[in-house]
Amino acid sequence: MRKINALGAAAALALSTGAAWAADSTDPIKLTLHDWSGQLINTKIMGSILEEAGYNVEYVQADYIAQFAGLKTGDLHLAMEIWETTGREALDEATATGNVVNVGETGLMAIEEWWYPSYMKEQCPGLPDWKALKDCADVFATPETAPNGRYVGGPVTWGGFDEERVEALGLDFEVVHAGTDAALFAELESAYQRKAPIVLWVYVPHWAPAKYDGEFVEFPPYTPECYSDPSVGVNPDLAYDCGKPRGPIWKAAWAGLKDKWPGAYQTIEAYKISNEEMSAMVGEADLQGVPIDTVVANWMAANKDRWSAWIKH
Amino acid sequence: MTASFSRRTYIAWALVLATILLGQFGRDLADALGMRWLIKFPSAWVIPFKTSISLAMKWLVEEAAIGGVSFTDVTRAVAWLIEQPYQFVLSLLAEGFVAGAGKEAQTVLPAASWIAVIAAVVALGHYCRDWALAALVGACFAYLAVFGQWSSAMVTLASVLIAVPIGAGGGLLFGIWAYRHPRGERMLMPVLDLMQTIPIFAYLVPILFMFGFGPVSALVATIIYATPPMVRITILALKSVDPELVDFGRMAGTTRRQLMWRVLVPSASHSLMVGVNQVIMLTLNMVIIASMIGAGGLGFDVLAALRRLDIGAGFEAGIAIVVLAIAVDRLSQAFAERMGQVHSHAKRGGWLERHKRTVLVVALLVATWILGRFLPALQEYPEGATLTTGAFWSDVVKYLNVNYFDVFEAVKVFFLNNFLVPIKKTLLGIPWPWAIAMLVLLGARAGGWRLALLCGVLSGLIAVSGLWAKAMVTVYLCGASVILATLIGVPLGVLAALNWRAGTVIGVFIDTLQTLPSFVYLIPVVMLFRVGDFTAVVAIVLYALAPAVRYAAHGIRNVSADLIEAGTVSGCTPRQLLRLVRLPLALPEIMLGINQTIMLALSMLVITALVGTRDLGQEVYIALTKADTGRGLVAGLAIAFIAIIADRLVNAGARGARLRYGLGA
Repeated sequence: MRKINALGAAAALALSTGAAWAADSTDPIKLTLHDWSGQLINTKIMGSILEEAGYNVEYVQADYIAQFAGLKTGDLHLAMEIWETTGREALDEATATGNVVNVGETGLMAIEEWWYPSYMKEQCPGLPDWKALKDCADVFATPETAPNGRYVGGPVTWGGFDEERVEALGLDFEVVHAGTDAALFAELESAYQRKAPIVLWVYVPHWAPAKYDGEFVEFPPYTPECYSDPSVGVNPDLAYDCGKPRGPIWKAAWAGLKDKWPGAYQTIEAYKISNEEMSAMVGEADLQGVPIDTVVANWMAANKDRWSAWIKH
Repeated sequence: MTASFSRRTYIAWALVLATILLGQFGRDLADALGMRWLIKFPSAWVIPFKTSISLAMKWLVEEAAIGGVSFTDVTRAVAWLIEQPYQFVLSLLAEGFVAGAGKEAQTVLPAASWIAVIAAVVALGHYCRDWALAALVGACFAYLAVFGQWSSAMVTLASVLIAVPIGAGGGLLFGIWAYRHPRGERMLMPVLDLMQTIPIFAYLVPILFMFGFGPVSALVATIIYATPPMVRITILALKSVDPELVDFGRMAGTTRRQLMWRVLVPSASHSLMVGVNQVIMLTLNMVIIASMIGAGGLGFDVLAALRRLDIGAGFEAGIAIVVLAIAVDRLSQAFAERMGQVHSHAKRGGWLERHKRTVLVVALLVATWILGRFLPALQEYPEGATLTTGAFWSDVVKYLNVNYFDVFEAVKVFFLNNFLVPIKKTLLGIPWPWAIAMLVLLGARAGGWRLALLCGVLSGLIAVSGLWAKAMVTVYLCGASVILATLIGVPLGVLAALNWRAGTVIGVFIDTLQTLPSFVYLIPVVMLFRVGDFTAVVAIVLYALAPAVRYAAHGIRNVSADLIEAGTVSGCTPRQLLRLVRLPLALPEIMLGINQTIMLALSMLVITALVGTRDLGQEVYIALTKADTGRGLVAGLAIAFIAIIADRLVNAGARGARLRYGLGA
């Protein structure tokens, strides 16, 4: 009896929403979830909007890079955060096969740079200007790196050209690569607790700048020529004598999404969100312990006009 | 005899010394001779295995077909078969039965209530053994509810409930097959070695292509990793069944099938359960990695907590995995014991009388389903009543960090300067042709020309794949960790064997270390010791300690009482007894323990790559993040080769030791 009721209810619902979306499939659109809050929030907002538009949505837990295998075969349909800075290679490789498409920017801008806690300003007064690092490399030294300073870089897979940067700008620093994001911020947490010297790779949007008081080092601004042409920039003989590029965070989808759910594809394309909004939400979730679903629901309630406009009829 | 022996020893020492000296000065020597290729394997000689493997994989996944049925169709069908029971268990335990999808989804039947599940495991515990076991498993599951880990734990339990029967059953069948066909056994052994030693990250991407994205791929990866011990133990157990029993079975006129299932398997059931236990433990070891490719559950909680540096939450989820492992393990052991007993007493009473536990649990399940609609607390454990110790653990780490960092730093610097750095320098300085030659010699000495050939070919393959330097860093990290683990583990094992009370404490400690996901303590270790080799070594030692302790304890306990008595009678002090009788006789066991320690250390490498080591583990990890199948598999195979060389050499050494002490091969 209960089963019949359920089926009846399902049929009624399908009729009511299905009429407006005759062209679109009722199969669930599968969105990928990773293990950092920003991505979870971003994806769940997108999912909520699609649900409001009448689609069925399913969330699948997936590894950031391994997910491309699923996007290519159509096991997965939409990935909401492919960072220019860390995921570009995998994204290019995937789009080259023709089975994955880049659906455009999310509106989030990734900033990655050397970063230090504010208390370091007392010990190295010239900061945030990068030239100050030249004079106080010894402040950042540890027994293993002395007399050079120690800079904790991201995992090698993130790239970043920090060894080259150190060389080109004549900084007496040794680059130590953390293996993962978690290890990187564990170093920061440890140093911050002891108010010990540290300079490391930090990126935004992330909860760290909200939790810890500090700033990015100001390197000469990035230009493509600075990376490609040695003669450009502070050091006439070497390339990479500038800061890191800032890049958009992309949305990537299975190529078949456009045909199977054309309406949804338009909505996904239109979706945009800003760094400030995201940072605030990530801070709420990670620092104040607000459940992610609540954070998402709050955003949905506060921005009804915005997302309604993205759902085209 | 004596003369030739001492000359051999002399040559051996000379070679060891030459190797160390070459390690120190090899680099300068090569420079002086203008032969840099001695130290750095020339990139022109590298054979591009990775491209060929990538292409082969691409072909397999995209084009391979037999008679119109493509390879991926077959793997997808297998995935579908695994998914059906999994989905059922998952719905029952965690998600509830749902009709429709997305917005139209309607829960037909919610997941089993926490009360019903706890009642079920308590009933199972009582059925399998007694009230003590029932109380233990009940307490374990109650912990999961009270500490707010329930829903994640049920997702993990669902995957364990599917992976373990497939792994154990499949392992049993493969083992029986290999037992019947000795040629099959020889073919199977290297495959098992590879399954156990290639890090799972190396074949994650192809698996995702074959089995689709989601929990099924995670299950397949788990099964690949967890099955080999079951196969090995099955073969061993069947072989060691008393031949008289087999003859008796034959005389009684059994068919081949009857002989296997009525005689051999039941008489080997005790050893077989050790295999099942191993499958369970390895399955739970895989929880973290499985969660990276869509398994969710407790593994995901650990990862996500550490991503936001919530050490306490990560620790609690990690302990939940340990607790789950304890409950499942104890239950399965008791269940096997009960199955092995002969129940002679006739069943009394009616149907209801005989099935009172089942009836009770089903009644409770239905009752909570109905009443749960009105009283949600009966259905789901109320969130307000959960406990957490999360802040406590974070505070402990903070306290240690703020107050004792200088001490940790001093210890670290001491170890680095006096132990790690010298080993690293030496290993990286040894010219590769010399190293290969030494391995061949060692192989020939320990196990004859077959072993020599194996050592030569495998180490040669590592060199021509262009991974020599990274392989040496791997050997250095593992070698240093194994030395430390042995120095700590063997004395602990001896203590555990000689002192009952210490044995209990050490046992619990070791069990926890082995089932607690290494990720949980990796991040606090980074906080206290910073990113670097020392941190990696600490993590590896913690993980690989267990077998060193276990085997040492086992070996010491098994020394025959006659020999001990003989020692006592001839006037040995307890100390002499240990040094002259117990330790030498336990040496083969201790060697096997070290062998297992090496294997665990190697399997930990991929995890330590996450704190920034520069070895083969990192190579595998980079390949994974770049979705480069070939690169990952080549690096994975290199790790497997190192493991196989070490395993064969240590085993041959242990065999030699056994012969020397007249214990039989």
